[in-house]
Amino acid sequence: MSAISLSGVAKTFRTSGSSDVAALDDISLEVRSGEFVSLIGPSGCGKSTLLRVIADLLPPTTGTVLVNGASAHQARLARTYGMVFQAATLFEWRTVAANIELPLEIMGMPRAERRGRARDMLDLVGLADFAEHHPWQLSGGMQQRVAIARALSFRPAVLLMDEPFGALDEMTRERMQSELLRIWKETATTIVFVTHSIPEAVFLSSRVVVMSARPGRIADIVDVDLAQPRGVDTRADPAFFSLVTKVRESLRTIEVDP
Amino acid sequence: MSTPPVASRSSGSPRVLSAASLLIIILASAVLWEGYKALGQAAGGVWPGTDLGLPIRTNDRAMPHLWDIWASLFAPARRGGEDILLVILLEAALYTWRSALIGFLIGSATGFAIAVTFVRSRLAERGLMPYVIASQTVPVLAIAPILVIWSGRLDLPSWVPVSVISAYLAFYPVAIAMLRGLRSPEPTASELMRSYAAGSKDLLTKLQIPAALPFVFPALRISATASIIGAIVGELPAGLSTGLGRAILGFASSFSSAPEKLFASVIVASLLGITFVGLVAVAERIVVPRGARIDPDLARVTGDPRAVVAA
Repeated sequence: MSAISLSGVAKTFRTSGSSDVAALDDISLEVRSGEFVSLIGPSGCGKSTLLRVIADLLPPTTGTVLVNGASAHQARLARTYGMVFQAATLFEWRTVAANIELPLEIMGMPRAERRGRARDMLDLVGLADFAEHHPWQLSGGMQQRVAIARALSFRPAVLLMDEPFGALDEMTRERMQSELLRIWKETATTIVFVTHSIPEAVFLSSRVVVMSARPGRIADIVDVDLAQPRGVDTRADPAFFSLVTKVRESLRTIEVDP
Repeated sequence: MSTPPVASRSSGSPRVLSAASLLIIILASAVLWEGYKALGQAAGGVWPGTDLGLPIRTNDRAMPHLWDIWASLFAPARRGGEDILLVILLEAALYTWRSALIGFLIGSATGFAIAVTFVRSRLAERGLMPYVIASQTVPVLAIAPILVIWSGRLDLPSWVPVSVISAYLAFYPVAIAMLRGLRSPEPTASELMRSYAAGSKDLLTKLQIPAALPFVFPALRISATASIIGAIVGELPAGLSTGLGRAILGFASSFSSAPEKLFASVIVASLLGITFVGLVAVAERIVVPRGARIDPDLARVTGDPRAVVAA
């Protein structure tokens, strides 16, 4: 069954001037439950906009978004989405544990249960010793791990990630990618992941959706059939390189097209 | 973890430094005052070597000696009176501070409420913001007597119009800073809250208000001084028997015979303002977490030991 089902989704931004900006045009996509799908494309291709349309943070101009059979709006109200952005966006007046508890607090979970859940999440992301630290005491990679823990704290069915590792250095980034795959496997969450890094998209995903710009359209979908679990060996696998090349070729053809 | 001696030195030295700089500023001002006075008297009230007059006269009436001002604090306030000036001024300051505190609390609460209303309703902001700004262009000196007369008609206690004027000056900095602070979270923080399907109450209490606190406290310090100015101005037409406004009015009228008493009142009024601001600063230390007071990025760049934990 499809976890996320997009059909004919378009998004046009009205500007104060005469010209409207078409960010997305005729996007149709099925994401299976438990799948890891990456959205990749040149800047301005609307991949972040598409993520926000799925999350019901932006209404589509036309088309429908269904999440587990319900509308995106109902899905948001039912707390179906965990979100992670490029900036960790931790609340600096809260400790690490209190940040992870924030969504649970809003959802009215009793305090003791919240505490336990935050502890589990900190174990999951390997930050058990940092529960009482404040965000500004953590490195960028650690902050992003807290953001992932916070997003998963209420066990959402769908995790939406907008270039979450974009601000990290290469080594931290690769470590975070392996961490994310482990967490994905442990939680069986459906993940939609926006990135502009081709190796990252290939390493993480079961499918890579290549998008073209202005208006944002799906140009190609590349199936990634690399064996699980993926790790250091995967990055050296010739199959990995050929998939990276395939996605790169796809991106090149759309750039040649007008 | 850092060693205790390093930690205590790093937290102690700025305090020692600020105490030292305060002392230096006070000493320098005293030297400037007495130096200018001595220079003026030696040169006969002109710039030395010219016949251009000095901008402020240097005789003992226009500029009493600092030690005369100091001594006047411990002399009886009125000829033949029992109470020394310092006691009278401190009593007056305490009375004024009570009105100012009430005004400060009412004003801050009003500023807070205005900011919350505006952040929730663009329409209210567009419609009412011009009046909020215009309110501060009305001369307080003009509305003070009006308020005093009105509240007299209504048989209200005499401190009421004083506190109202104090609140009138105090609400504005809080309203403006609070509004800015409520809007300070990054858009992604609001998107996160929406993704949790948070209601507007949670948005306000769990994101916007905590984010606004670091903005509000500097404004509260301004409001603290403004509330005292407001209270002193409000006391002028109120016909009270005590208060700093009353004291300043009285000593201004006897300025030619005893100028040092007016200067002494000004000093006590300033000390009252400084004390009030200090109290607000203490409240800030308690309420705003340390992490929110310092700039985390700056701390990381400067290698502040509190800010970096090895990955």
